[in-house]
Amino acid sequence: MFDPVPWLILLPLVWGCLTFLTGVGRGGRLVLAGLIIQLVLTIILARQIVMEGARHYAVGGWGAPLGVDLYVDGLTGIMLLLTHVVALPLVVYARAYFSSQAEGASYFWPLTCFLLAAMNALFMSADIFNIYVTLELLGLAAVGLVAAAGSAGSVTAAIRYLLVTLLGSGAYLMGVALLYGTYGSVSLAVLEPLLATTEISAAACLAAMLMLAGLLLKTALFPFHFWLPPAHGGAPAPVSALLSALVIKASFYLILRLWFDLFAPLVTTQAAQLLGGLGAAAILWGSILAFNQTRLKMLVAYSTVAQIGYLFLLFPLMTSAIPGAAESAMQGGVMQLVAHALAKAAMFAAAGVMVLSAGKDDIALLGGMSSHLPLTLFTFALAGITLMGLPPSGGFIAKWLLIDSAVSGGQWGWVVVMILGGLLSAAYVFKVLRQAFLPPVAGIKFKPVIRMLEWPAFLLALISLLLGFRSVEVLNLLGAA
Amino acid sequence: MNFNAILPLLVLASSLVPGMIIFFLPESRIRLRTTLNLTGAILKLLLIGYMLWGVQHDQSYVFRYNVLPDLELVFKADALALLFVTLSAALWFLTTLYAIGYLEGSPHRSRFFGFFSFCVTATVGVAMAGNLFTFFVFYELLTLSTYPLVVHRGTAAAIRAGNIYLVYTLAGGAVFLTGIVWLYGLLGQVEFTPGGVAATLGLEYTAQLQVIFLLLIAGLGVKAALVPLHGWLPQAMIAPAPVSALLHAVAVVKAGAFGIIRIVYEVYGIEFAQTLNLLMPLAIVASITIIWGSLRALWQDDLKRRLAYSTISQVSYIILGVTLFGPAGTIGGVVHLVHQGIMKITLFFCAGNYAETLGIHKISEMNGAGRRMPWTSIAFSVAAFGMMGAPLTAGYVSKLYLNQGAEMAEMAWVSWMLTASSLLNAAYFLPILYRLWFVNQPQKWLQERIRARGRWETHGLLLIPPVVTAVATLGAGIFADTGWSPLFWVKLIAEMEYLP
Repeated sequence: MFDPVPWLILLPLVWGCLTFLTGVGRGGRLVLAGLIIQLVLTIILARQIVMEGARHYAVGGWGAPLGVDLYVDGLTGIMLLLTHVVALPLVVYARAYFSSQAEGASYFWPLTCFLLAAMNALFMSADIFNIYVTLELLGLAAVGLVAAAGSAGSVTAAIRYLLVTLLGSGAYLMGVALLYGTYGSVSLAVLEPLLATTEISAAACLAAMLMLAGLLLKTALFPFHFWLPPAHGGAPAPVSALLSALVIKASFYLILRLWFDLFAPLVTTQAAQLLGGLGAAAILWGSILAFNQTRLKMLVAYSTVAQIGYLFLLFPLMTSAIPGAAESAMQGGVMQLVAHALAKAAMFAAAGVMVLSAGKDDIALLGGMSSHLPLTLFTFALAGITLMGLPPSGGFIAKWLLIDSAVSGGQWGWVVVMILGGLLSAAYVFKVLRQAFLPPVAGIKFKPVIRMLEWPAFLLALISLLLGFRSVEVLNLLGAA
Repeated sequence: MNFNAILPLLVLASSLVPGMIIFFLPESRIRLRTTLNLTGAILKLLLIGYMLWGVQHDQSYVFRYNVLPDLELVFKADALALLFVTLSAALWFLTTLYAIGYLEGSPHRSRFFGFFSFCVTATVGVAMAGNLFTFFVFYELLTLSTYPLVVHRGTAAAIRAGNIYLVYTLAGGAVFLTGIVWLYGLLGQVEFTPGGVAATLGLEYTAQLQVIFLLLIAGLGVKAALVPLHGWLPQAMIAPAPVSALLHAVAVVKAGAFGIIRIVYEVYGIEFAQTLNLLMPLAIVASITIIWGSLRALWQDDLKRRLAYSTISQVSYIILGVTLFGPAGTIGGVVHLVHQGIMKITLFFCAGNYAETLGIHKISEMNGAGRRMPWTSIAFSVAAFGMMGAPLTAGYVSKLYLNQGAEMAEMAWVSWMLTASSLLNAAYFLPILYRLWFVNQPQKWLQERIRARGRWETHGLLLIPPVVTAVATLGAGIFADTGWSPLFWVKLIAEMEYLP
């Protein structure tokens, strides 16, 4: 049987190296072809997971504890599929974007390929040291992409991002060292039973705290969100889309994995409530800040801060003892992750088109956009529907599942937070939309944009909207064990 | 999958697909756009006609789709659904004709007709929704598709009205969602069933069911413009006349009222709702709304604003009828869903005609308009008499059954309230009619944009729709006892609710 697992890590590295050969700022067509191949591979893999269940893969025939183990299950399948479904339209978008705006194009293609390789490896890694390596590679590629725009603002944002990502992975590495020192292994398969059966040691607790804190910093959960808006809002639009849609989800994925597998014996209900509380604060505070922005891309970036909050509500909801409540919390959280990734990529891409056309990133200049770029504005609105959690989007299904879980578990506080969060997100989405319906600001000349900038973003928004009708498949894949 | 299951989807698609194509049409393709619009509207009417025939011959049209393993999207064309679907499809057809005439030469027509079609799709979805989840999906789509229509003109006032509209409807939607999820948690899937499904829970859930009822009605009450949740409706009349016509007669307020009908009859069940003491508070809120809307209407000089307050009052007749325990009340309330729709759309069409033809927006400017625009003014007068409940009009039938319902439910105060409301209706409509017909016209009209040509006092497409709906207002009153009237159909529905 053909196994796509190693190829998903190797191929993007190959494309990345080849794009160096094609020259600076070139190689988009190559990456596009490569991504199509990878998308096919992930679909094959997802089918295999649904049919045959989760499995281990021993790299080079050397399994744990000696070699490096890879592991794929339903959640991995979802993340891989999501990554490629988001990245493929973004590559088409980026080709068009950099043809009209050369700034930031220089190392976009190789860095994107390394970013994808790191992410694919991260999703499939089954040992905590290997995860560290992928985290570091992912962070460095992302910082490079942010810095590539070259302006003073973006370099400052990139340096700050670099410090944060190094601090985060540093904390994570310390935790890894502590675990290795105590239990003598870095393989998840070995560590899990050890932690579950032996008495809980202080070293394990400290390690858990360090690793989770590092990952929370990278996920930009409130109050660690300060670095995200300048980094995501200042980068070129295709980069912002990649970072906001996918990169922060990678560290969230790790939190999810560690919390419910490795550290399951350590975590307490109070800790879960704390994460939920931070998530709630992120939803409310992030939405308010988003509403107060005057720059379009900063608004979208703050909306990411808010939307991440929903993901963390699943931790307190999962502690519910009511049958079914925990299950729908997990399903709702994953749906939210997927829906947000698609919608946010679409939204950043659409925002990029509008900024490109208006020549300046300012919400006040958007007047007249509804007749100048109707398709892009429509894209923004469709993505907004997902963020607001309105039907029939994937975001709505996510919110339905989460509210269902909260109501049946009797955790009413989270219901209020989610309802309020939905209304607040409507406030900032419609702030943009209604501006676009006003007549144009005097003296502004919109630049024409090429079609290939508008359609990929629209496609992403459409997928996020129609995801609601295919949730059963997503949840089937998630449930494949 | 058989044809009967696909039919509800086709009814939805007949407006959704033209809408999607229209979005991408350039402004200049007027003929293609009009063809698409009208083809969709006629196709929808034909499909519905077929289903009406089918339902009378014991066919059932149900479509199911699993969104989640235990969450279904259900479309069901039952008798109640068809009542609302027929109303919205027929009035959509007329409003489309009207809008083509009204918007001739104005910008952004592709966008307008695109969202217009979406709006009707959402209304039809609300009508055919077979369970609460499906209902909610289309209820929210309705909010989203009407917002661009409300702000269509892009003026500061329109944007402000749009904001108010969104604040009310989205907040209402959120409250509604909470109630729905809660009820789903208790009952599993909540499918609309004549006689209700909540009774299976029994009386130990009384408190929870009362709170859920409050949440559901509060969420629906925003769109149905129940006082004190009505604040958005008078603001939203800033929209172009065809939009106001559709909003007030079919789409938004009716979706709210229709939802309340479904909740009371097919989720809680009228008898169980009576047991839980839910009907009396709702009757009181509806009565307050009826009187308050009429009182506010008295003081408005702006014609569309007066009509908007009148809508607030009239829609609550439907809700009042629902709360009167007994078949007569049910018949009066549900039939008013149709009757109010055809009468109110006539009034808004006429208001649009006065504004477009002569530049008249205020009641104080309407002096003598009856001579200049006789057909429009006759249509207006017929609908206004209908609203007052004059004999031979549709409004008479509604009020007759509502009064009977009040007697059967032994609620004498409701009869008094209805009489008071009729007097108030007369008080705010008769002065308009007096000005139209008996006061001499001014030397010069404010802004005569369309000149009279022979018989045509205004653009033909603006004139035909109100005349047709005015004739329908008379028809529904005069032929109420025949097999083709809305009343006949509503009696069938009432039988299903009350006969076990």
